[in-house]
Amino acid sequence: MSTEQPCIIKLENISFSYPGSRIKVLDDLSLEIKKGDKIGMMAPNGSGKTTLLHTIMGLCAPEKGNIAVFGNPMQSEKDFSSIRSRIGLLFQDSDDQLFCPTVLDDVAFGPLNLGYSRQQTIDISREVLKNLGIEELEKSVTHQLSGGQKRLVALSAVLAMSPEVLLLDEPTAGLDTNFKQKLIQILNELDISYFVISHEFDFLNSVTDRIFSMEKGKILTDDEIHIHRHEHVHKHGKHPHVHK
Amino acid sequence: MLENTFASGSSPVHGLNPKIRILVSLFLSIAAALCDNLIIALGYLFVSFCLAGLAHLTVKQVIKRLKPLFWFLVMIWIFLPLTFRGEIVFEYWIFMATWPGILLSAKITLKSIAILLIFSALIATMPIASLGSGLHRLKVPDKMVFLLLMTYRYIAVIQSEYTRLLRAAKFRGFKPGTNLHSYKTYAFLAGMLFVRASLRARRVYQAMLCRGFKEKFHTLDLYPPTILNFIFFGVMTLIGTGLVLAEWIWIQ
Repeated sequence: MSTEQPCIIKLENISFSYPGSRIKVLDDLSLEIKKGDKIGMMAPNGSGKTTLLHTIMGLCAPEKGNIAVFGNPMQSEKDFSSIRSRIGLLFQDSDDQLFCPTVLDDVAFGPLNLGYSRQQTIDISREVLKNLGIEELEKSVTHQLSGGQKRLVALSAVLAMSPEVLLLDEPTAGLDTNFKQKLIQILNELDISYFVISHEFDFLNSVTDRIFSMEKGKILTDDEIHIHRHEHVHKHGKHPHVHK
Repeated sequence: MLENTFASGSSPVHGLNPKIRILVSLFLSIAAALCDNLIIALGYLFVSFCLAGLAHLTVKQVIKRLKPLFWFLVMIWIFLPLTFRGEIVFEYWIFMATWPGILLSAKITLKSIAILLIFSALIATMPIASLGSGLHRLKVPDKMVFLLLMTYRYIAVIQSEYTRLLRAAKFRGFKPGTNLHSYKTYAFLAGMLFVRASLRARRVYQAMLCRGFKEKFHTLDLYPPTILNFIFFGVMTLIGTGLVLAEWIWIQ
């Protein structure tokens, strides 16, 4: 489906290890995200998923390899700063992302940086908040929101910049089923490409077309792995038992 | 933890431009702080009461706000009259209260209540974002404004991290006492808090970069330039200058 679509993000042979560590978090990794792709990523903790997203955004500088975003090679901080507003990264911890006193201020931060006027910014921000169904939070103080509300506000803040691709880092972590349902609905209504990291198979299955994994700093695409779930019956009834 | 109880309101003060409010409160509080005359200090106190009334602050909330100050004033009233030299007003056993000491305590009391009331009425009645934008418009360096806004935003996060760490310690049987183990535990807690705060600062900065931050801070607030701003500014400047001049003439 996506073969004829243009490539939004292309990583080639990226290697990265944290200073002072010999373990390669990303080891000769290659990845392509094309327009229209809805890719999920499910991999164990510490396998380098967050580092991968940060490398795409230019927040971690790889030791070797090439990054191209929207067809342009990314080499310096300047290259990255010009594309950051076109890629929306949702951080794992919403508290990192919401730094303005009120919700509206926070959602407005991106558009104001992009040079929109005050009134345009307010219109954009209200529109996004309304689309996510949280317009009543507009005047709320960010640090007093609940975990789920914070996540939605952070997502609004990212969407307010009208990114062409979304990178979501464990968007459902620590949140309840209602919130997950809402997020599934929101993501399915979006018509932009995204790359979602999550530990929850059901969630990924309902919002993505393909599910990748990561192992030893490399990406395993859905041609190489097939993550799926089995329904099965226990003859032990309710009694505790061990799976072999 | 940080409650903006005064910030939400619809009094005449709430509609005033933050820039004007900051300027007026700075001017009045500096003038009050430098005042050295009891009668004039009473004048400042009167002005501050008027401002508090104008901002529709309730007595109960104001007293709650001033509580820490009252403890400080109690200390002053205990120590200053007894330690100052001068004409003795009354004495009991080895304690002697002097007239200049009592006068000074009274001046400090009036001035500090006046200054806090001025700030409660003019500054505490605006949301922190407006304070930031007001300071920004008064050409306070962006870094300082950011520092203020970030402190406000993250102090609650840091506090919740601290309580989380402390709770974890308590769940594992930690009982604070005066021993090396307790000191060491608190030192670890403090150290861990610094580590986490600095890591978070890095992540916040990264999040800001991701949203197009280019070292320039924009704000949304808009306070329409009404005639009330000018009237308020004019009247307050006149009153402040009047009090300063009155004191000047008094000394002459």
